[in-house]
Amino acid sequence: MAIFKLNVNGKSREVDVDPSTPLLWVLRDHLQLVGTKYGCGIAQCGACTVHLDGYAARSCQTPVSSVGKQAVTTIEGLSEEGDHPVQQAWLEHDVPQCGYCQAGQIMSAVALLKAIPNPSDEQIESIMSGNICRCGTYTRIKAAIKSAAEKSK
Amino acid sequence: MMLGFSWLAGCKPTAGMKASELPKEWFEINGFLKIAPDGQVTIMSPNPEIGQNVKTSMPMLVAEELDIDWKQVVVEQAPLNTSIFKRQLAGGSQSIRASWQSLRMAGATARQMLREAAAQAWQVPLSEVTAKQGVLQHVASGKKASYGEMASAAAKLEVPKEVQLKNSQDFTIIGTSKKNVDGPKIVTGKPLYGLDIYKEGMLIAMIVHPPAFGMKFKSMDATSAKQMPGIVDVFTFKTYEEGYSKSAFDNTAFNELVVVVGKSTWEVMNAKKAVRVEWEPISDSTEEMDLFGRKMTVRTPAGLESSETHQAKMAEMGSMPGKVVRRDGNPEEVFANAARILERNYSAPFLAHNTMEPMNFFANVTADKAELVGPIQTPEFLEKSAAARLGLPLEKVDIQMTRMGGGFGRRLYGHFLVEAAVISQRMKAPVKLVYTREDDMTFGTYRPSYYATYRAALDANNRLIGFHVRAGGVPESPLAANRFPAGAIDHYLAEEWTIESNITVGAFRAPRSNFIAAAEQSFLDELAEAMGKDPITLRLELLERAKKNPVGENNDYDAARYAGVLELVREKSGWDKGIVPQGRGVAAYFCHNSYVANVVDLEVKEGQPIVHKVYCAVDCGIVVNPDAAINLSEGGLVDGIGHALYSSLTFKDGVPQQRNFDQYRLIRHGEAPRSIEVHFVKNDTDPTGLGEPPFPPVFGAVANALYKATGKRYYHQPFFPAIG
Ligand code: FES
Ligand code: FES
Repeated sequence: MAIFKLNVNGKSREVDVDPSTPLLWVLRDHLQLVGTKYGCGIAQCGACTVHLDGYAARSCQTPVSSVGKQAVTTIEGLSEEGDHPVQQAWLEHDVPQCGYCQAGQIMSAVALLKAIPNPSDEQIESIMSGNICRCGTYTRIKAAIKSAAEKSK
Repeated sequence: MMLGFSWLAGCKPTAGMKASELPKEWFEINGFLKIAPDGQVTIMSPNPEIGQNVKTSMPMLVAEELDIDWKQVVVEQAPLNTSIFKRQLAGGSQSIRASWQSLRMAGATARQMLREAAAQAWQVPLSEVTAKQGVLQHVASGKKASYGEMASAAAKLEVPKEVQLKNSQDFTIIGTSKKNVDGPKIVTGKPLYGLDIYKEGMLIAMIVHPPAFGMKFKSMDATSAKQMPGIVDVFTFKTYEEGYSKSAFDNTAFNELVVVVGKSTWEVMNAKKAVRVEWEPISDSTEEMDLFGRKMTVRTPAGLESSETHQAKMAEMGSMPGKVVRRDGNPEEVFANAARILERNYSAPFLAHNTMEPMNFFANVTADKAELVGPIQTPEFLEKSAAARLGLPLEKVDIQMTRMGGGFGRRLYGHFLVEAAVISQRMKAPVKLVYTREDDMTFGTYRPSYYATYRAALDANNRLIGFHVRAGGVPESPLAANRFPAGAIDHYLAEEWTIESNITVGAFRAPRSNFIAAAEQSFLDELAEAMGKDPITLRLELLERAKKNPVGENNDYDAARYAGVLELVREKSGWDKGIVPQGRGVAAYFCHNSYVANVVDLEVKEGQPIVHKVYCAVDCGIVVNPDAAINLSEGGLVDGIGHALYSSLTFKDGVPQQRNFDQYRLIRHGEAPRSIEVHFVKNDTDPTGLGEPPFPPVFGAVANALYKATGKRYYHQPFFPAIG
């Protein structure tokens, strides 16, 4: 066990865990931030996507010891009022079915739009391909990303 | 504070009421709503939400008849309470269909009581009091009140003996798109799912189960695992006790499990790997099960099974006569004298449901009660199993349903709920049982593996004179002998067979239909080509025959509605206008009381399919929540395309060969259709299911489009199996 000081959603948090503990389980088990989801544990499904210094990362494959001073942002910290343009676009298109994958989808989409503010269909398809939606909401996700891009112009 | 009245207490059948004058369902649904003095209405949503939108669309039915502004509605998930709610189950696409009357009655009854309360308060005749959009009004006297103002008086009134339901043309909520009531919580990551439950003093439990079907627990050495940090205990337990008469939803391949209990998920995951377990082969066994009231003896054979052997056995069974399920005319003679016989074989592998949220359940079992919270499609059935296993009376077992991260049939089988309960009872502590993805994918309850042979007899003029289907699977048959094209052909034969197995299976989105539709619809496509006909025209001709002069009596489809979706998809896809640049395929199917036709446009580029467009025509009667219905249909189509093209679970010596998403291929963003158009047949028929019906036909439409794109027929799923 070791003590780690983390910067999560703009707050400084401290946890005492084994250094190998994935950030995913630190968030869920120790910091009561359950919006970040477990789907596969091996960086294949994207349900656990968070931002490290604004870049998308799979928290299931990010040992807490590797986080250091990087700012961790989870779905809970994406916006104060739940009104980030991407969250709004998600509601406008009523994207979710079961909803389980959607926090990860949104975090990936936000990172995508930060890197490419006006992505093509092909760019959306390829960058979002790491996020599985078992319910099959892909066409709506694409539409929501395009709406969010449009609004941020 | 909410000072609402509760129908839970207010409207149970009492001795003084003449229950016989009311529909039976009416008494059982009265826990549906409460109204606050400020006019807010809380509507309880009775059924489990697995992503099929019932938590929004079922309360819409109540709100419609209550006649209220949807903005004033708050939806709450109801707990399991069968004294009030009926059929609290997510399965068979039946939620809306089964509650169409009772939910509207719940709203209409409340509206009537509010009107009565106003009539009494204002001393005016009931017939002169209107109730609209949350406002009660007496026009002549100018009196007006909100529902909230009359709520407490209304709650004290006797329940009306008769209520009038609206005509469908007067609907203001049903048929308009309402957003998912949990949407804001989902996009902000609020705790909604079973896996999100964390409670004071809660322990995490994970199981270790046999690595292969056909194996069971023998012995274990947990010495080192027990010493690992955060580990509280490691032990074995039996989910069901010997001799317990299981229901269909108690299905489990692995009854004796090792469990690791500890303080945090990561610690338990690590300790799991340190438990040394010895397994041994099972022997042949039988057990008594209670399958929906029928006592059945179910046999489980010993052995370590492999997909290769399954394939060979299925091909062998497919070449021998099976059990005749339906025979019209004299098919044997017609085939013997046919000028030409077309015969094709089709197959599909086992599939894992792979809900994005793996199996899990929270349990807090004390000496005299059990609190069980989590994702379950069949709470009513599992409440009985848990009570029996824990030795508690039924009323001491409280089940609460969380929103589910997918169902697809997997969570009908709630062994994990019982497992969590047993572990909590033993630990004397609140416990959350969590399956890893690997546990989830290798635990069983799969979509069976299927095989079908289709044959058609043609005369010298290329006319269809006989039809023969022989279908089976491991361990069940996918045949639905009375479905189309039965009823449309004079000489028809349907046979089935099965191969027993120790690999457990369960319902998977549109069970059986999800294979047989693909086989049948691919065969009809090839048959149309052999007959020199357009594939839609051939289907419509057969349906015309079934409509005008049906063969046999048990045909379970409505030929006119079936033809209706084909005509609609023909029109919307511009089928007759000619050529699309890519391959285009059509298929239609009827299941779960609804009719769906799909047209798929795709091409194959560098060996990989690219799906450009899907047109989908649906007849599910009245559409309650159109945009959500489109979303659900889109999901069914993407799901079907993915499973047709990519997914497969295989076995070697009883061991599932795919354990996680690096080996098991699910459809991803780039592989989904570029666009989807969903159209509904407009009619006034009572609504029917939508969670399943769009799914089965799209497999066939994909196979037929692939043929047009490549010149090659695709008979065996998945069509593009490699991890790409
Ligand atoms: S849980 Fe991290 S990618 Fe699946
Ligand atoms: S909405 Fe269910 S997995 Fe994406």
